[in-house]
Amino acid sequence: MRVGVITFPGTLDDRDAARAVVAGGAHAVSLWHGDADLKNVDAVVLPGGFSYGDYLRCGAISRFAPVMQLVIDAANKGMPVLGICNGFQVLCESHLLPGALTRNSDLHFLCRDQEIEVVNNQTAWTSSFKQGEKIVIPLKNGEGSFQCDDQTLAMLEGEGRVIARYVGENPNGSRNLIAGITNEKGNVVGLMPHPEHAIDELTGPSAQGLGFFTSILNAMVK
Amino acid sequence: MAKIVVDVMLKPEILDPQGNAVASALPRLGFNFAKSVRQGKRFEIEIDGEPTPAQIAEVEKAAEVLLSNPVIENYVVRVEK
Repeated sequence: MRVGVITFPGTLDDRDAARAVVAGGAHAVSLWHGDADLKNVDAVVLPGGFSYGDYLRCGAISRFAPVMQLVIDAANKGMPVLGICNGFQVLCESHLLPGALTRNSDLHFLCRDQEIEVVNNQTAWTSSFKQGEKIVIPLKNGEGSFQCDDQTLAMLEGEGRVIARYVGENPNGSRNLIAGITNEKGNVVGLMPHPEHAIDELTGPSAQGLGFFTSILNAMVK
Repeated sequence: MAKIVVDVMLKPEILDPQGNAVASALPRLGFNFAKSVRQGKRFEIEIDGEPTPAQIAEVEKAAEVLLSNPVIENYVVRVEK
């Protein structure tokens, strides 16, 4: 199974994401933002970082990169896509996911180990987790506050499309403690904290982030 | 040459931590006039000649697609003399 990891100018976490894909048991394929070629991948990870320097708005310019046009088409046809941090912002700007990520409510860039609860294990990227499983993975961003209007929030909650919530105090002002959401089909997932930095206890707070990358194999085998 | 200005502001219901930070910094400097502050973005677009309605419509479209995120922001397009 081939999982693409896209590198935009300013992407930081593509190496860790590719490493996590391999640790999960898939083959990692590097994709370049300027190429209109998905290299026959079965799924795509949009990693964290500061694509295009976060100019204009986080993810706003990446959305129009040549490779993203293919990702948007493929995602709409059901290809699994995971956007982490800046990748989540790109997915929202691409309208593959509803809502937007805005400046953390206290204006601080946060970098810490964060407990989250997986509240939907039915998506392509969360099936390795138990429903309600609590995991600790790094959270590191300045614009991680998930915002949407009341109607969208009610829709996300009503359809079970919140996939993860922060446990404890709200770190960034996200509505309903939302750390991650999915689309209607469950193939596109956006997540603010970083599972790719938590696949090995030597370098991360846990190895619990690996579940996102083994889930995708389950999704493919089905 | 004309200048088309696009002002982009967060929607009123969206929390603006930057505006709040400015609002709390003002009184520390002795400026006591502000009840609240909202911070936005301003784009200045230069074009040759006077803008046609079609050009204004194009800028409106660009404001909708790229310059603003309609999920959280409103925009206003105007021609500056």
